[in-house]
This record gives sequence, structure tokens and C-alpha cells, in this order.
Amino acid sequence: MSALSQTKNRTVRFGIVVFPGSNCDADSYDAVGTFAAAGARYLWHKDMELDGLDCVILPGGFSYGDYLRSGAIARFSPIMKAVRRFAGDGGLVIGICNGFQILLEAGLLPGAMHRNEGLKFVCRLVNLRVENAVTPFTNKYKQGQVIRIPIAHMEGNYFVGAAGLAELEAHGQIVVRYCDPSGEVTKNANPNGSLGNVAGICNRAGNVFGLMPHPERVCDPVVGGSDGRGVFESIISSIAQARI
Amino acid sequence: MTNKAGSKPAYELLGLKAREYDDICARLGREPNYVELAIFSLMWSEHCGYKHSRPLLKDLPVGGDCILQGPGENAGVVDIGGGLAIAMKIESHNHPSAIEPFQGAATGIGGIVRDIFAMGARPIACLDPLHFGSLEKARQQFLLEGVVAGVAAYGNCMGIPTIGGEIHFEDSYEDNCLVNVMCAGLVRHGDILKASARGEGNLILLVGSTTGRDGIGGASILASAEFDETAGEKRPTVQVGDPFTEKKLLEACLQMRDEGLLVGLQDLGAGGLSSSASEMASKGGSGIDLDISRVPLREEGMEPFEIMISESQERMLACVIPENEEAVKGICAKWDLDATVVGKVTGSGRLRVFNGAGLIGDMPVAALVDEAPTYLVEPVRPAHETDEPLAEGHYPQPANLNEILLTLLASPNICSRRWVWQQYDHMVQTNNALWPGGEAAVLRLKGRRQGVAFTTDGNGRRCYLDPRRGARAVVAEAARNLSCVGARPLAVTNCLNFGNPEKGGIYYQFKEAVAGMKEACRALETPVTGGNVSFYNESFGKAIYPNPVIGMMGLVEDTGRIQTLAFKEEGDAVLLLGSARPAMDGSEYQLRIYGEVAGRIPDVDLELEKKMQLLVREAILKGLVRSAHDVSDGGLACCLAESAIAGAVGVVIEMEPGRRADILLFGEAPGLIVLTAVPADVERLRGLAAGLPLRKIGQTGGGKLVIKAGGAAVVSVPVAQVEQAWQGSLEAMVSGKK
Repeated sequence: MSALSQTKNRTVRFGIVVFPGSNCDADSYDAVGTFAAAGARYLWHKDMELDGLDCVILPGGFSYGDYLRSGAIARFSPIMKAVRRFAGDGGLVIGICNGFQILLEAGLLPGAMHRNEGLKFVCRLVNLRVENAVTPFTNKYKQGQVIRIPIAHMEGNYFVGAAGLAELEAHGQIVVRYCDPSGEVTKNANPNGSLGNVAGICNRAGNVFGLMPHPERVCDPVVGGSDGRGVFESIISSIAQARI
Repeated sequence: MTNKAGSKPAYELLGLKAREYDDICARLGREPNYVELAIFSLMWSEHCGYKHSRPLLKDLPVGGDCILQGPGENAGVVDIGGGLAIAMKIESHNHPSAIEPFQGAATGIGGIVRDIFAMGARPIACLDPLHFGSLEKARQQFLLEGVVAGVAAYGNCMGIPTIGGEIHFEDSYEDNCLVNVMCAGLVRHGDILKASARGEGNLILLVGSTTGRDGIGGASILASAEFDETAGEKRPTVQVGDPFTEKKLLEACLQMRDEGLLVGLQDLGAGGLSSSASEMASKGGSGIDLDISRVPLREEGMEPFEIMISESQERMLACVIPENEEAVKGICAKWDLDATVVGKVTGSGRLRVFNGAGLIGDMPVAALVDEAPTYLVEPVRPAHETDEPLAEGHYPQPANLNEILLTLLASPNICSRRWVWQQYDHMVQTNNALWPGGEAAVLRLKGRRQGVAFTTDGNGRRCYLDPRRGARAVVAEAARNLSCVGARPLAVTNCLNFGNPEKGGIYYQFKEAVAGMKEACRALETPVTGGNVSFYNESFGKAIYPNPVIGMMGLVEDTGRIQTLAFKEEGDAVLLLGSARPAMDGSEYQLRIYGEVAGRIPDVDLELEKKMQLLVREAILKGLVRSAHDVSDGGLACCLAESAIAGAVGVVIEMEPGRRADILLFGEAPGLIVLTAVPADVERLRGLAAGLPLRKIGQTGGGKLVIKAGGAAVVSVPVAQVEQAWQGSLEAMVSGKK
């Protein structure tokens, strides 16, 4: 709360959902805090209030333990009712890792997650090719740019039916794909078996974005890179643009 | 007192000896009832009572300027300046993991994490030293996979990065794997909590999970006895982990801390409610009355003694003034956790157990906590130990050293651990200033230039040949690892894994290892803040290698000025710091190539070690070195190979003639560090070294690892080939492809 109250009216206001098993909520909060033009506050999962927010982050973690299927219970939480309404009104929603899984379970994005092909948790830096650099989440990157962002998940093996995939392709909804360092989308560069090397997708309207990699983890060179900053810069910039 | 079947007395079935039973009767002034006996059997187990270790452990150095909390609490606490401190502790979960690797390892993490937040600290890192039998056996692959998956499942869900540890494979651990778990947490000085129950009339609340029949007898039956063919039947003594509940418990407890609601906080671990309540009363100099009829249960028909000794996970005991009861319950309700008043603090000095109105147990706290008998055993030096190192010509000199190098790099004890650490979330909390796979892990402290570094080290094989020298070397290596990233070693937590201490040979090993640890910790000024003793690591009468595992933390002055082991550029000078003479004895080379573990390991020169490490830290801080790597398993050649692989830069080395090249390259001795520096900085580095043994042995560059002896290349392998041997080996072995 304090971060918001101390900032000016023009600040881009992020809300970070906290499920009891979220564990990247603080990392997202800290990442937002590195941008002078942004402020953040936490949103408790039992609440439904999103007043004055420009963007909602569904952070990584294990929402309600995820012993069943990642995100399967979170979709029924009170906050997700509010997030659904917020997204319907055109608000920006970004789901990172577990947040992406929840967006799929909630039907805010198409498709589903299988367990990783190797059946193991995978935590490492991956290369991503930016497939669509005109979304509110990626406009600070260049089309085709290769960025290095870490993944850390057990269920990131994205799947959608053939028709669904064609739909995603046709409307530029595949935002980032796993690739090799030169930008080639290869099987070897796919860390989890996801269909078409999909790492992140957006909805048709472009205001809801889910991705398995963690941009909030690479917002400071001291901890391994700053390629994730572009995601937050893009959001801040697109909201500032919309206000003009 | 006999059991219902009438065969063996009940105390014996619970793991107590006849004279211990008599001792209990004397302290109570009567025979204990079954509830009391069950409680005593846990508190007087080796695991909880430290019966064979207490007299020796008291000699370890525990004090120091930076020590805010030494042994005796849930964790040690080390001052890192600016009002902040690090709480840290290492523990074993060996026997549970040998029986059920996934849950054994998972609940090991759960237990050590609770120890850290019981101190009021937010856990920021886990490190897991693991020891298994040979990976050629399917059972060992199963254990490795299960343990790693268990660590990952619990730690990843909790959002605590697993940033280090180590893995060794030796036949000695085949029936008795070692799963040690370390956790560190960050705490402000004023927030440090103690596990004490004080203030007559204050309430004792049980917070977290319900209580069930899992883990009955974990500390006594499972942890304090050897394994035999009935080991599998002990599976019900292994607990089941629920990291989601623990995550909620963590957040709830830290919120109570922030709101100043707690008089004391204690986790429920080995010995369950019995141990937690009596330890809280002991530390507070008080007594506790518990009413077990109020404990929320997860199954019906539990006996009173089961409720008292259940080791159900994810539970904490909080001491709270009556005025704060509702606030504590409110926080727990927010996190959907149970919080139940199960007792109150008294001035009686006794642990009294009620079932509703009926008193079913009444014992002096001091008898439970402080008066477990201690045993001194006559130490007997094992027959395999010798004072004589092997002669240089003991083994024939191999013709092809390239092959030896590639074999050693692919050894399960040396090859890349990427397969393991990629399964651990090592980045969550975004403090990771170094990637895994280096000398030590470094975490930044948000908002500060400073950082903290952690490492764990153990080497049972060397300790087997000479436990005192081995323990000295392990402490020195841990400190060296920290110094090589630029961190000043501050303090130690230890996990002492040994066989059955009732045997003279094992007791000798323990005594010698503790003596060695004492010498090294004193010399390097790294006091011991606590830890854990794990005895009875034996199966069918055969003990594991004596293995004192050291967890060490250090302080980094500036996270912008740390160093890695990777070669950075072509043309840098390669320097060898130290004068230790590599030996075959106890080396990976001896084991892997000649199939033996024999001889006497070289001793570490602790005074020289201290000076060398200071030099390395200063050189790193001044920016005079571009890489630093400790010469360890696999000797100088493997050390150089690892730096070359990490930096994708080759190296050409010229060894001085005189000794057998294979022993110089692959032999091991504690106290050698490879540094690289820009050629222009070498003289300044020499000046800083002020007479310490530092000599140039080559330079980086080219695409090969080349080592010449007397002008002729004895090793010459492309870095890509070196990397191939090292990189995929573990994965191939686990999947049975190798």
C-alpha cells in the first residue's frame, strides 16, 4: 500500500494477487519497485477489490498447493471473479508461471498444461523469441528479438487442439516461443515439450497475457540479467499511452 | 513393565536400556506409566538426547563477536551487520530417506525450514548435501531420483531457493544414504524469537496441521537404531510432507512475529509435542500443562501416547499471553490454519499431561530435557587406519593421462550436477548473485551492497582414512570455497553422520573428527552455531564412512565484486597458490582408477590456509584476480578442466618436473587454489601475497586443455571434449544409459 500512496497520480498501478501458496508475489512486487513510473500493492485472494489498478499480476507459486492440477482450485477464488471482470473491461492481466496456469484453468486464455515432457521440475535460463512485439506486454522488444529469461516449473507443457492452435497463430496470439540462442525454434530448445515451443500467449483482445518464464527474475543484472525489464516497461508504456 | 505380549519389556521395545529405565524410575520416584515411558523414550533417544555426543561436542568453539545465538536453540544466529542476522542450521534425514526417499527428503526440508522460522527468520536458502551408494545400481538411482524430487517438491513449493549442496557416491552409503538438509534465514536482530515458554498463565497454542499417526517413533525407533532386514517395516515411522500448509504456517508465524504476539515459538519435529513442550518449558525455566483432548486430530481413536509423540508435520507451538490469543487465532484464520490452546505455562518445572480432567503424565522437565544419560565409550582405532602414506610408486604409472582425465571428469563424484540443480528452484526470491555449480552460493541482500555466501562440504572417504585430518580438511575446504567467491567465512553449522557410537571404532572416529573440527574451526575463526548428530548409520553391522558435513556461511562485502571459477579471457596468467603436495591417498583418482581407498591423507596447514584465504579475498575485492578455484576432487587437472569448461576458454600449463605427473595432476591435498590474473596484475598480486607460495603455472587460451611436464604434453584434450565427458554423465547414469 505504502508504495502506492507515496507515488504520484500518473503512476502505473500494479495489483499483485496473493494466493496462500503464491511465492513469486514479493519478487513481482520488488521488480515493479525498480520502475520509477510504477507502484504496486498486494491483492489478497479472498478479496474482490481492484479499484484504481492498471494491471493485475497473477504471480508464480503454488496457489492452493496445486496438489490436484496447477491452478485448478485458484480459478474458483473470489479474487478471480474480480480479475475476470477486470479483464472483460479491458484491464491488463499478466499471469506468470502459476499465474499462466491459472489463466488457462479460468478460461481467460485457451489451452491447458501437461506435466513437463521430462516429468521433472525445470529451473534454468531459456531463450525466447518475441513473436509478437505489438502487444501491451512486449512492445518494448523488437519483433523476432531473442531474450533470456528463466523458467521454473513442473507443468509448462502447453497444449491446445489443432483448431485452437491455428486460431492462436492466425491472430498473433503466440507471443513468445522457446528458441535456441540464434532465434531458431527447435525441438532441442524446448524445455518442457510444449506444443509449437509456445512459452507465452495472449487472448484475442490482447489484454490478457500468460507466460511460463519469469520476467520478474531478470530485472537486475546483479541476479543474472535484465531481459525481463522489457515486459514491465511495455506495460507501463502502453498504459501511459492509453492515458494520453 | 512388560508389553502385552509379555516377551520383551515395553521400555526395550521403545529403544530404552534397562538401566535407563531404572534411572527414569528413580527420577519419578515410581514406575512410569505408558504415556510417560513413551515420552521418555523419545527424549532419551540418541536423536533427542545426544547421549553419546554431548560430552565431546562441548569442546567445540561456539563463541565469537558475530555469534548472536550459539548451539541450543532451533538454529544458530550470526550477525552480519546493519541490524541484520542470518539464522542457520543443518540436520540429517538419513533413515527416513533410505526407507522412503521422496517423503523422507521432503519432510527433511520441512523440518529444517521450521527450525529457521521458529527463530523469527525468513528462510532464504536451502542447501542439501547428499550421499548415496554406487549409481550403477538401480536402487541407488531410485534413491537419488526420489530424494532430489522430494527436495524439489518441498523447497520449490515453499518458494525457498535451493542454492547449493553436494552429492557423493560411495559403496559405503549403499544401505544407508545420507540426506542432510541445511536452511538459512534472514532476520532483524530485534525480531529474533526464542523457543521458550515463560510467564505463568500464558497460553500454549498448537498451530498448523492436525495431528495423526504418521511418524510415530521417528526419533527413537527410526533415527536411533541401526538398519537390518526389517528396515522396510519401519515405513510407517516416516512422515508425509505438505509444503503448502508449511508455506501458510511460515507466513502466519512471521506475521505474528511482526505484530509482536509471541512470547516464544518452537517447531514440532522429532519427538512431536513431547519434545517441543518440554524444550520450551526447559528454556523458559517453567513448566507446562498440556491437555491432549484439545489437540485437533486427523484420525479417530488415537491413544494419548500417540498424540504426545506423533511427528505429524507442519505444526508449531506458540507461547502467547492470554490477551493475544484472539489476534493469533485471527492470523491463523486468515491463512486457514488451526490454532488451538492446548496448554498453559506453569511455575512447576514439570511437564504435566492431561486428557480432559484426568492427569495422565507428570514428569520433571529437567529430567526429560537435560538429564538423559551420557555415555563415554572406550575409543578403538580401526584396523584400517595407518600412519604411513602410500609410496609414490605404489601404483603403476598409467600411460595415457588424457583417458584418466576424461574418466575422472565423468566420475559421478566430479561430473556436472546440472541434472540435480535444474530440478531445484534456485532463483526464487531473486537474490541469486551466482548461478549454481560454482565454489559457493552467493545471495545479495536487497537494498545493500553486501551479500551472504553459503557452502556445504563433506568427505567421508578422507575421514575414513583419518577422521581428524579429514575433518580439518573439510572445514578448511568449506572456508576455502567461500573465500574463492570473495566471502569472509563467519560461522559453521555441522551435521555429524556416523555409525553406531556404542562401538569403540565408531566412537573413535567421532571423537577424532570432533577434535579435528575443533582445531580447524578455531584456527579459521569459524565458530560452530549448532547442528545435528546422526548416529546409527549402519546396516547389517556395516557403518558408513564417518562423515562430518560442514555448512558454512560467509559475508560478501560487495556483491558487485565477487568471483567465479570460470576462466574469463585468453592470455590470463594461471597461478597456483599453496604448497600442499598432492597425494594418491584417499583421492578420487585412487578410487576410480585403482579401485582402492587406502593410505593416509595429507594434513592441511591451517595457519597457511588462513593466510592464503585472506589473500584470495583481498585480491578479489581489489579486482586483481579473474577466477579462483579450489583444487579438490580429481586434483589440479580436474580443477583446471572445470574452469576451462565454465569459461569456454582453453589453457596451457607447464608443470615442474620431479614428481610423477599423474600424481601431480590427479592427486589430492587440501590447500591449493588456482587463480587467474591479467598478466599486468601478476606483480601486484605477488606483492599482496607477501611471500606466500604463489607461482605461475601457465596461461589461458586456445581451445584445448594442455598440460606439459618437462616440456612434453602429458595431457592435451579439446575443451569441447572435456566438457562432453563432464556435462552429461550424471543424467546418463541416472537413466541407466551408462
